[in-house]
Amino acid sequence: MKPAAFTYHRARDVEGAARLLAELGDDAKVIAGGQSLVAMMNFRLARPAHLVDIGGLSGLDGLRTDAGGALHIGALTTHHAVETAPPEVLGAGFAVLRDAMRWVGHLPIRTRGTVGGSLAHGDATAEWCLLAVLLDAELVARGPDGERRIPAAEFFHGYYTTALEPEEILVEVVFPRPAPYAALTEFAERRGDFATVSAAVDLEPADGPEGAEDSGREGEPELVGGGGRFRAARVALGGVAALPVRVPEAEEALVQGGPYGPELYAQVAAVAAESVDPPSDANGSAHYRRTLIRTLVAHACEEAMSR
Amino acid sequence: MTDDVSTPEHPVRQQQLISLHVNGEAHELLTEPRRTLVDVLRHDLRLTGTHVGCEHGICGACTVLLDGAPVRACLMFAAQAEGSEIRTVESLADGGGLGDLQRAFSEHHGLQCGFCTPGFLMLAEGFLAERPEASKEEIREVVASNLCRCTGYQTIVEAIDDCAARRRAALRARVEGTAHQDENTSETVPPRAACEEVPCGSTTRSR
Repeated sequence: MKPAAFTYHRARDVEGAARLLAELGDDAKVIAGGQSLVAMMNFRLARPAHLVDIGGLSGLDGLRTDAGGALHIGALTTHHAVETAPPEVLGAGFAVLRDAMRWVGHLPIRTRGTVGGSLAHGDATAEWCLLAVLLDAELVARGPDGERRIPAAEFFHGYYTTALEPEEILVEVVFPRPAPYAALTEFAERRGDFATVSAAVDLEPADGPEGAEDSGREGEPELVGGGGRFRAARVALGGVAALPVRVPEAEEALVQGGPYGPELYAQVAAVAAESVDPPSDANGSAHYRRTLIRTLVAHACEEAMSR
Repeated sequence: MTDDVSTPEHPVRQQQLISLHVNGEAHELLTEPRRTLVDVLRHDLRLTGTHVGCEHGICGACTVLLDGAPVRACLMFAAQAEGSEIRTVESLADGGGLGDLQRAFSEHHGLQCGFCTPGFLMLAEGFLAERPEASKEEIREVVASNLCRCTGYQTIVEAIDDCAARRRAALRARVEGTAHQDENTSETVPPRAACEEVPCGSTTRSR
């Protein structure tokens, strides 16, 4: 269908856009890449009276690593720019982000769709939302009153609902630390569709880069390969609730269990499946989603440890 | 559903003057902001080669190149394309005849009804410009972006793969030709090294 009529505003800078949004109120929407919004407008699921186009703003795209090792991604960075980022810009510590991009729609969506747009849209199955929750990202929002940083754990409130105020614009997402043993995987009925279930893990093997000097701590006998255990682990799922969720039970099982290997991953995946209460809808029943979780969490662990 | 959206809050529909750069030509036109790029291309500029299918980014029939990258023309408003170089399927023609990619689709029977073809052509054109050395597996992955209900995709994959191979061969021949010329004049450029320096397929990319 054709979208309903609206008034188009092209922002000159973030401050101007924020002021305009404050002025226009609830009837206005920010548009960046538009890969979710335009589809919703064409369906007339969304009928904003005003669009504030921030797509042309400079200085809001690109990736950079700061002195502390945190990765900053500008809100207007496209999925494809992350997918094709050279190793000197996106190192091994964040390879999980690059690899996850192949799950985001298709190439012509990834060339337009933006990281910030995906996060601000807040789809419960979106890869960026899951990655932000998994890796403790901080989302930087700018409004008429200045800038604030919102932890991912507090950013997503439910279906398409975030902590962003109507007059705030997401300008950057910060991934605070490298995650060399992290992976995201998912299942969708057709390639490129929104995931029925997505699973992501971030593992810290005790013999990993930071753990090497720690092994043997607390008087434990130093085993070959650090004992094959995890010092810490994070597990997050998409498509099982109104927002991406961490699964503490599965994380606990990863750290308590061991040694790592297919047996542990299967066990942990089963724990994850029993720890959530997925919905039944047109994409799959709760039972089906649990079955997917059992497969996907194990696959994600395997992929993370094969890095 | 009525198109009349005049309400007390929005009494007048905004018309805006936009300028677009399409297939190397500049156009100025007065449109409503809600005109998507594909509608402007088809209705205002009469470039009806670009097809419109699902209008929500699933089918890919409307795929065009925006600054060389394949995009869904139904998922952006024309105003968002200001300042970018747009290429549509009409730009593929080589003089009066078909371009090499179009010929490959024809030779490999990469189309039947043809409705999806402009989208597949532009998808492949943009993809090969970025990945001239694409493997068949990568081509399979990328053509999953668009829907074709006739061919079963196999022939489309073969057409793109064949076109890419021919472009690579042509580039190699050109580079080797240049190297031989250089031998005859002054410095010798090893063909392999020269090939690595020339971004393969860059001639097909607008920027």
